[in-house]
Amino acid sequence: MLPEAVAENPTAGAVYQQLPEAIVDAKSGFGELTLGIAQNQIVDVCRVLKNSVGFERLSAVTAVDWWPREPRFEVVYLLHSIRENARLRLNVRLGEDEDEDEEIDSICSVWRGANWYEREVFDLFGIRFRNHPNLERIMMPGDWEGHPLRKDYPVHGHKYSYQDE
Amino acid sequence: MRTHERDAAVIEGKAHVASLDAEHELTIEEPSGLKPPVEQPGTGRRMTLNMGPQHPSTHGVLRVVLELDGETILKARPEIGYLHTGIEKQCEGRKYQQVIPLTDRVDYLANLSNNLCYSLAVERLLSLEIPPMAQWMRVMLAELTRISSHLIWLGTHALDIGAMSVYFYCFREREEILKVFEMFSGQRMMTSYIRIGGLALEPPRGWHKAVTALINRLTRGVDEYQNLLATNPIWVNRTKGVGMMPLNMMIDLGVTGPLLRAAGLKIDARKDCPHSSYELFDFDVPTRTGNDVYARFEVRMEEMRQSVRIVKQTLDGMPSGPFQADAAHVVLPDREKMKTQMESLIYHFKIVTEGFRVPAGSVYQVVESPRGELGYYVVSDGTANPHRVFMRTPSFGNLQALGAMLEGVLIADSIAIMGSLDFVLGDVDR
Repeated sequence: MLPEAVAENPTAGAVYQQLPEAIVDAKSGFGELTLGIAQNQIVDVCRVLKNSVGFERLSAVTAVDWWPREPRFEVVYLLHSIRENARLRLNVRLGEDEDEDEEIDSICSVWRGANWYEREVFDLFGIRFRNHPNLERIMMPGDWEGHPLRKDYPVHGHKYSYQDE
Repeated sequence: MRTHERDAAVIEGKAHVASLDAEHELTIEEPSGLKPPVEQPGTGRRMTLNMGPQHPSTHGVLRVVLELDGETILKARPEIGYLHTGIEKQCEGRKYQQVIPLTDRVDYLANLSNNLCYSLAVERLLSLEIPPMAQWMRVMLAELTRISSHLIWLGTHALDIGAMSVYFYCFREREEILKVFEMFSGQRMMTSYIRIGGLALEPPRGWHKAVTALINRLTRGVDEYQNLLATNPIWVNRTKGVGMMPLNMMIDLGVTGPLLRAAGLKIDARKDCPHSSYELFDFDVPTRTGNDVYARFEVRMEEMRQSVRIVKQTLDGMPSGPFQADAAHVVLPDREKMKTQMESLIYHFKIVTEGFRVPAGSVYQVVESPRGELGYYVVSDGTANPHRVFMRTPSFGNLQALGAMLEGVLIADSIAIMGSLDFVLGDVDR
């Protein structure tokens, strides 16, 4: 059941046809299409988009922290089709089910370029990617504690407290 | 005795040189368990070498861990993060207009491209309409930024490979561009000149004359540098056929910009998703099919010529009119009005103290930076502070391909390949 606003969009239609359970939400704003994807279907959706819809490029993977709102994390995939000159955004809300908290399948098997982006999200948000070839910190030092882009992480870090503030 | 042990023994005087003859070597038995497991091509001796983080040809603080066999790179692993300054985190604690100076510092060689991309993203969230004069001025400055960034790339790239004089010429011309930036904004590098809603200041008196003189100079200059290098046999030998990578692999790894164009793909955000009235300008997207360091050199040289062409068009047809949008709640009022009119004073006070609220929503804005696809993903929750600013920087994506590109090449070629990627570490680490 695609929302009316995107029902006629060929991209959304193609995904819906092949994986009817995957799209949980869809909206279109500022001329950009955003599809909400179920957490456990992201790899299949990416594979369909790359192989049969023509989104051959992954621009980036990032995340948004909505703390203290629940569900807290949203992983965002920015896709680009060079042939069609189209862009698409996939949103995955993490932790809708209690047992799947803060963990999602890696899409490195679809695009190798996802490697560093997923490492960055892991480093700065603490979201784990299953089946990632090398899930290590990339920006922060290896022994760093905490994940700086989380909203409950202070700008100056946990280790220091400034009395004057 | 294996070769390297024998060499060491000879150096230390423990073995006679006579024992080096081939006949003798054949009779030497390796003690069991000490045999090298696999016979590698080359010397068979593996060495791990740290290139960087402080190394002149890594153009900043990039560390590449090289696994070498003689002079051949078997594996290369780029390590980044040495320049991570948490700009994305800092953005979240600031008002929308206060983020502009941070964007300057992301890609510090293409400041105005970053100003432009962020401003466009927020303007889309605010549904602001930018007057034509400001749009054209943005195009002109973005193209001058591209030329100045490419000049730095050319100078340092050539210097790495050994052509020293080009470096001085490039920096000489770049200084002239920076003087124009200073004339506009008062700053040579961290300009913050493109703001949400238009430009920071009215274009200065005499800008037209200054830019015309600059463009005349650059038109000659670009040809001169291309001749200097393209007719230099050392340059050609060091760059032709080096650093090739299949196009689909580059796309898979997230490479954008001149690297894809040098592999024959006509991709340019200025044409594909025009912004700031780029659709009104007449320019070509240069491509080559060489897919090597030399092709990337040619593409960037041609891009400079196209940028000169665009700047000439802006000089000829610059529209007149306001340089800021008609949006009193976003754009700071004119200084004179602020001091004489109550309403302007109130707006000024409100913008400076509270900022302006941006409707909730999210946009991903793309511009073509000198290095490739630069994108700002801005998420607003309806307050005066951005909820999240993600910078999709071209250098990060391009650098990801470095490891694969360096596999199997000579260590001397790695310098040429790194130069051809044209990454800026501020842009990678943010």
